[in-house]
Parts: sequence; structure tokens; C-alpha cells
Amino acid sequence: MKAAVIVFPGINRERDMARTLKLVSGHAPAMVWHAATALPAGTDLVVVPGGFSYGDYLRCGAIAARAPIMDAVRAFASTGGLVLGVCNGFQILCEAGLLPGVLMRNARLKFICRDVYLRVERSDIPFTRGYNAGQVICVPTAHGEGNYVADADTVARLEGEGRVVFRYTSPEGTCAPEWNFNGATNAIAGIVNQHGNVLGMMPHPENHVEAALGPTDGRRLFVGLEEHLGRAA
Amino acid sequence: MKAQVTVTLKSGILDPQGKAIEGALKSLGVAGIASVRQGKVFEIEIADGDRAGVEAKLKEAAEKLLANTVIENYRVEING
Repeated sequence: MKAAVIVFPGINRERDMARTLKLVSGHAPAMVWHAATALPAGTDLVVVPGGFSYGDYLRCGAIAARAPIMDAVRAFASTGGLVLGVCNGFQILCEAGLLPGVLMRNARLKFICRDVYLRVERSDIPFTRGYNAGQVICVPTAHGEGNYVADADTVARLEGEGRVVFRYTSPEGTCAPEWNFNGATNAIAGIVNQHGNVLGMMPHPENHVEAALGPTDGRRLFVGLEEHLGRAA
Repeated sequence: MKAQVTVTLKSGILDPQGKAIEGALKSLGVAGIASVRQGKVFEIEIADGDRAGVEAKLKEAAEKLLANTVIENYRVEING
């Protein structure tokens, strides 16, 4: 794995992400500043981490999505490169047009910071090959604007093409309004692009990877990526 | 030349902030308000250019950055 973590002003989860990538792969990722115009040579995974890029001014992720480095990320994605966006990173990928839809204010207007349950809807993409389809994982979330919204056609297309990868559910994997804490359309927590190489998700798998700190359900996402990239190399 | 770009949520998009403001106005006793939708206004000064050129430029600004057309509409007004 030769990962690059994109760093924007106001991002604050980039070190958690870098720590997890190093823990799982043994290699520290490159930290790439937003003003750069190219990714390091040989990059095989781009991660857009969480935080509050540009203080969430204008709209969450809107200004970061127009940063110089995003053209390079777009070009990387268009050739099949793997891109993972977490939390603010998901918002940025949506604003950048790499994923459809938008993340709106949580339905009850509260910033929600706690562990949540996600049902993994498919395991045939590099991001989820470490899980079984239907498996429920517990990972932390911390956001005020994670309420996924898209027009009805887009949602129908996402569902029809199996592009909803993670959904907010009960610990048993049941969808119900009380488990869809931010009001997201169809309890969508994470989606993938048409080609399965760009994934955005609101919760933070990078924070549940070490037994000393609690559950390790997030670890398989990164282990799966490492296995996939190791096989491709 | 001064101009305004007004960005509003499309109809059908849930606006929890607007709802909260609506509730607050009701609790303040401001009568007769049926509903509130929150939007944004950008006040922009233009250095120079003809009206048509300025309008095109502001539309470009709105499309590229000021509005997310997935959920928002925008309106450009040029004030002389």
C-alpha cells in the first residue's frame, strides 16, 4: 500500500487516518497538502480524511472540493485508483462530483458523536472485501451534517446498482428510524461510485482498529484494502 | 457595479434549520408565519464589465461554487 492522505486547512482526523494506515500496512502514508497539484508517484490509495476543512464555510467540503489537489485526485479516480473519503472526506467527494448527492444537516440538528452500527451491504469491492455482506460492524461517528440526500432518480440508481455499501442499522442489522440517527435517505451511511473505486462514508472506521482502545471493527476495511493492493502489486 | 446572488434550497429538500427558525418565531408570538426556508445571500462588487458579461460571470460563480445545484437554486441580481 502506497497511500496518500490529503490535508486541507481545518482537517483534524488526518493523523488518526495516517496512524491506522501505518498500523495495518506497515507503511506511513504520504501527507499531501491541498495546494499540491500532483500525487506522489506510485500512489495506489488516496484518502480524504475527516475534520472541518475551511471551517465548513459555505457548505461542508465545498471549498476543499475546489482545491488544486482535487484535479489530481479526480484524474487518479478516473483511471480506477482507489479513493476513500471519511466524514468530511465524504462531503468533499460529493462536492467534488466524485460521488453523487450531498450531506445535509442532521435531521434533528444535533452534532452526534458516538458509536453506531453499520450493515455492510456488499463485500465484493476492495473497501469491504474484509467483511461479509450482511455483517454488522460498530464504528464511531462524529458529525453534524451526515444526512445523505440525493434526488429520487439518483437514490433509485444507487439502490438498483448496489452502490449503497453501508447502512445505519440496529446491532442486529435491522433498519429502523431510531437507528438512522441523522435522518439519511434510506439510512445511507456510505456509497461507492459506478466503478466501485471511490467510496465515501460518514462514520470513522479508522478509529476502531486497536483492541487497547475498544472495538476493532474498522480494521478489516484497511486490511482488505492492503490485501487487495498487495495482490494487485 | 453591485450584485447579489441569492441561493435557496430547492423545494422538497428538508430544511431542519428553517424548521427550527419557524418554531422559534412561533414561540416568540410572531403571528401568521406559515413556513420558513433558510438560504444565503452573497453581496458581490464587480470591478468592471458590461451587464451581460457580469451576469455570465456571476452565473459561472454560482454554478462552480456558490450553489450546490443538487439541492439549491440560485438567482443573480445586478443593481446598476
